[in-house]
Amino acid sequence: MAKRTMEFIVGLFMLAGLAALVLLAFKVSGLTKVGNGDTYIITAEFDNIGGLKVRAPVAIGGVRIGQVENIALDKNNFRAVVTMRIENKFNNLPDDSSASIFTQGILGSNYISVVPGFEPESLKAGEAIETTHSALILENLIGQLIYSMKSDGNQVTTDKKK
Amino acid sequence: MIVSRVTALGRVGWEFCQRIGQSGFFLSSVIIRRPKFSQVFELFSEQLYRVGVLSLVIVMMSAMFIGMVVALQGYNTLQKFGAEQELGQLLALSVVRELGPVITALLFAGRAGSALTAEIGLMRATQQLDCMDMMAVDPLWRVIAPRFWAGVISMPILAALFNITAIFGGQLVGVHWLGVDSGTFWSNMQAAVEFRGDVLNGIIKSVVFGFVITWVAVYQGYFSEPNSAGISRATTKTVVYSSLLTLALDFVLTAMMMGGW
Repeated sequence: MAKRTMEFIVGLFMLAGLAALVLLAFKVSGLTKVGNGDTYIITAEFDNIGGLKVRAPVAIGGVRIGQVENIALDKNNFRAVVTMRIENKFNNLPDDSSASIFTQGILGSNYISVVPGFEPESLKAGEAIETTHSALILENLIGQLIYSMKSDGNQVTTDKKK
Repeated sequence: MIVSRVTALGRVGWEFCQRIGQSGFFLSSVIIRRPKFSQVFELFSEQLYRVGVLSLVIVMMSAMFIGMVVALQGYNTLQKFGAEQELGQLLALSVVRELGPVITALLFAGRAGSALTAEIGLMRATQQLDCMDMMAVDPLWRVIAPRFWAGVISMPILAALFNITAIFGGQLVGVHWLGVDSGTFWSNMQAAVEFRGDVLNGIIKSVVFGFVITWVAVYQGYFSEPNSAGISRATTKTVVYSSLLTLALDFVLTAMMMGGW
């Protein structure tokens, strides 16, 4: 094979490797959202975020509108402050929208579901969602269930005593 | 009787240590050797073609089938828990973290490593290397160094191509045949895969594997016994040693990376 052809093919090979790495970065690990201009940021305070992670999706009715940018703890009231980056085309979220943390499927990861409110005024960049519902923690639920079962049982026994 | 057994055992251990030391010296002399770039460039690009480009077909074919089979198996298991939307995450993480670097390395050892050993071993057996020495051409930089660096460089490229092909193969099965929603497939994958923690660590693994495999291959060829049986033994040793080293190093590297190193 001619030397030039071979060098051309080798160059193509190395470019293909580079392209594969770029594709891995953007398509597979989703680096595209970093520093995107057409997004805005809103925040929300939660009592408990459960297993929510940075880059988890933010959705309305199951449709993705953005992602979690940052999670921090407010030092003054010990609530979790979640910063969300929302795409600019959804800039008409009503002011009284509420945010809750749900789980995808049984084993899935957590995501934030935003339920739009009815105010004509819309959320501006940097504003906070006031109404929030924290994540359902399975242990808490089971604890409550056992507690209520116990108290039920106690009632039964006390009833018998009477 | 017992004494002679112990002596034989000691000799085996001695030879083993000596071979390891010899390969270390050999590696350092290959790396330190720094000829003029313009002189080696042609040799180097030829080796890149033979080691890298010619391995492309087998690597990408296997990647396609491995991605497809992981998607199929994963879907069947995830479906039992009603979690088939996590297929993208399962596929991408297993391919990018483990299957990509390791299987590419095993294929690379079989396809390119054995060829390197056999070629250099035959050069040794037909005294071509000695001839070069006589003509004051250093075989280390004329023959060994281009092959070594071509192996080290082409391995991560092959692994990256393996990763992307396997993921698209899995997407073909998962999304187009089994009916996982395309949007959830990609977005769950993107939410789970980290570029630095998963993709780059996989590429780092493949660089290490490429380094070790070509080191073994080139060393075994250079120090093979100069006859046909010796060449065949050296080729076998290359494939066996480099596969074992790949798997062992994979464990060590994974432990280090999981430990947040």
